[in-house]
Amino acid sequence: METITVLQWAFDALLGAALLGLAWWLLDSAELFRAIVLFIAFGLLMALAWVRLDAPDVALAEAAIGAGLTGALLLAALARLESKNQTKTNHKDHRGTEVHDGQR
Amino acid sequence: MTDNGKQQMPFRLLLAVLLSTLAAGLGYAVLSLPSLAPGLSEQVAGKLETSGVSNPVTAVLLNFRAYDTLLELGVLLLALLGVWSLRGLPERRESSPGPVLDTLSRLLVPLLILVAGYLLWVGAYAPGGAFQAGSVLGAAGVLLLLAGWRPGARFAGLRLRIALVAGLGVFMGVGIMLILVGGHFLEYPPPFAAALILLIEAAATLSIGLTLAALFLGDRPETGARR
Repeated sequence: METITVLQWAFDALLGAALLGLAWWLLDSAELFRAIVLFIAFGLLMALAWVRLDAPDVALAEAAIGAGLTGALLLAALARLESKNQTKTNHKDHRGTEVHDGQR
Repeated sequence: MTDNGKQQMPFRLLLAVLLSTLAAGLGYAVLSLPSLAPGLSEQVAGKLETSGVSNPVTAVLLNFRAYDTLLELGVLLLALLGVWSLRGLPERRESSPGPVLDTLSRLLVPLLILVAGYLLWVGAYAPGGAFQAGSVLGAAGVLLLLAGWRPGARFAGLRLRIALVAGLGVFMGVGIMLILVGGHFLEYPPPFAAALILLIEAAATLSIGLTLAALFLGDRPETGARR
């Protein structure tokens, strides 16, 4: 019984730390594509956190809307932004590959 | 980049101070909460029998606080109207889906529709409900759009618009009908509550799914009349 409690504490701590770390990382990344992928990963872990908080309804909504559809919408918006940039400056890689990664 | 970093240093410090203050305040608020707070769960449990469903979350969302859910559907519709009002959106690059996506979407879309129907039905008894089912339906729509499917002119006109407002329309219609038969707005009579909730949720699921897929598409679908 005790080992299970310890394992649950460890899992929750890891989950919380991963969420905070992912949030920091995605806000800090200047490359939009990577930020969106990190946002989707954040949403999936957030859904897991809701399950741990005994809120499966919210977890379902978070996984489907927060991670899935919002991610798809953001990627669609990014595709439009890039096609706009591409028509302006016709010589960039399809993902605007300049990686602005000053802080890291 | 280092110059830029130096210039941003005071700003970042200010941000860190503000965020730490916010975190400290939130931490204090959480720690000062009473450890055993029953909230409103007892009232919900007491009235659950009259709500028409046995899942307390659905009872709150579709019966006790149905007004909130009604307004949420309105917000979703407004978001789509906002996107459709935008002009001069940059074109999205179309890419051919390839055989894997093409085959997979054919296999997955019927399955997603089935899952959406299941989530809609099970919402009365267990976690699930209109928003979850609608977002699964929306995911099926996104998959179809990614695989190159576009709404035809016949579907994109009045039919699409009716389906988009069906959720809000049925919700409002039920509420107004209940006023007309002598009750209050959205106060379901217990014998009909289960059927009314299922009706509203079914219409809402369809509308939510279509709205989310239409948001993904972005452009207002051509109706054919304008061409």
